[in-house]
Amino acid sequence: MIAATALTKRFGDFLVLDDVSIEVPDGSLVALLGPSGSGKSTLLRIIAGLETPDSGAVLIGGADVTHVTPQKRGIGFVFQHYAAFKHMSVRDNVGFGLKIRRERKDVIRARVDELLEVVGLTGWADRYPGQLSGGQRQRMALARALAVQPKVLLLDEPFGALDANVRQELRDWLRRLHDEVHVTTVLVTHDQEEAMAIADRIVVLERGRIQQVGPPRELYDAPANAFVMKFLGPVSSLGSQLVRPHDLVLSSDAQPGAIEAQVARIVYLGFEVRVEAELASGGAVSVQLTKAEADELELAAGDIVHVRATATPAFSA
Amino acid sequence: MSRASRLGLRTLALAYLVVLLLLPVGLVFYRTFEHGLSAVWYWISTPEAISAFWLTLEVAAIAVPLNTAFGVITALALARGRFRGKALLDTLIDLPFAVSPIVIGLSLVLVYGRDGWIDLPFQVIFSLPGIVLATVFVSLPFVVREVTPVLREIGDESEQAAATLGASAWQSFWRITLPAIRYGIAYGVVLSVARAIGEFGAVSVVSGKIAGQTMTLTLLVEQRFDNYNLAGAYAASALLALIALATLLLMTRLKPRRSEG
Repeated sequence: MIAATALTKRFGDFLVLDDVSIEVPDGSLVALLGPSGSGKSTLLRIIAGLETPDSGAVLIGGADVTHVTPQKRGIGFVFQHYAAFKHMSVRDNVGFGLKIRRERKDVIRARVDELLEVVGLTGWADRYPGQLSGGQRQRMALARALAVQPKVLLLDEPFGALDANVRQELRDWLRRLHDEVHVTTVLVTHDQEEAMAIADRIVVLERGRIQQVGPPRELYDAPANAFVMKFLGPVSSLGSQLVRPHDLVLSSDAQPGAIEAQVARIVYLGFEVRVEAELASGGAVSVQLTKAEADELELAAGDIVHVRATATPAFSA
Repeated sequence: MSRASRLGLRTLALAYLVVLLLLPVGLVFYRTFEHGLSAVWYWISTPEAISAFWLTLEVAAIAVPLNTAFGVITALALARGRFRGKALLDTLIDLPFAVSPIVIGLSLVLVYGRDGWIDLPFQVIFSLPGIVLATVFVSLPFVVREVTPVLREIGDESEQAAATLGASAWQSFWRITLPAIRYGIAYGVVLSVARAIGEFGAVSVVSGKIAGQTMTLTLLVEQRFDNYNLAGAYAASALLALIALATLLLMTRLKPRRSEG
């Protein structure tokens, strides 16, 4: 288990982390999610030992490692921009940690071959990082981090520099890999969909403070505050209340608790239909319907409709 | 830009290079070999010339490695370090470029000469240590100035990656940082060697120009020129140019492999 307790970190006058505590259970995959400047990367780097906290402690497997160098923490770290050793072949990159540990050459060779197979780079061993695509480089970096059999795998925006389709492919692949290897993993991301798709638990950070911790579904369904609700998915404001667009229903006749609105625009996105409407009380609202629901209402721009929330609105906008 | 003005600019730049660089250097080589190889050989195989040749190499062989080691360490401090006085250090590095070599020579005499500030048990001025000191001084900035921007550009992520993989700072330097900056170092070394063997002003003040003892190749060229021995001066100049060329060729063998991209 990784535990960080009461971490505080300043860069000059800027408070990056403000009394942050998290726990990462053995074998789980936890995402640190937040906008840029929220302190998520700094938190990860403190766990790795690449930064030192001003106060607070880091425990890995029960041992206090706050003042232990990164070399001795038993971690694997993957950087957003790969941090490939450009002058070494893929084989030497992956085997680097083992070579530092003075493993026997045949042991290194066997272990590297095994890892290259795991990350799907068999046959690329003698290439150089410059000859690989971004996705391949990141898989090489992952194999390199895993080669030393770390107790903990730390990933800092590992897919951030990749194209959208490669990013999605790699993220699904990473989740499957985690289910096979089961190494305790902390992943930093600013992409809520990535965090939801991959993590067992999500830690939402903003301005150096933890906003909420929980499984993806819990965070989506029961956000602790307006920030978490907005950050985890689309929101509409109905009057002064925040709701998910799919928690709104439209009807042509007046209903108790419904607010009158005029349809401004209808956007057909296949199965999903988005209706933009202007509230009689002022302000705009976005409603997400299924195609069947929209067809049944026979909506057209300019129609008067009545908007109602099915779920209890949680927060004031 | 129109075709005509582009051609005009190109011609101008080329003419500038030819008139100011290629023509003088080319003429030296032409004059050197004008009367055949045997004349050249005669003037570069006199005892003074051989002594000057070895002294020049010896001085470069001491000064350049010193400046390379110092240069890499200083570049690391400038690119990676956070300390007070960094801006001052950064400025001081350029001092040898800003100060005239002759002033450097004179200041060395003031410090190490007879009745100077520092009294060492061995002779510095009018002797090898003085020539080395002057050469170190004038060729100091090259490696620092070549390596610092490379270090800044490559960043420190791969060094951090090496640390997380268990490498000590020392291992990380030798296995990760040094290979990444080796072309910067090589270029800095080429420039340092060129400056070291070509230095005249500072060395001429501290050397004493004792033939066969403290006479470097550049000083020999000047002495022969002053004595109206033009053939001898040209031959020694050509020898200087050949040493520089040899260094350049040696360093280009370190060229990056294309695959490293």
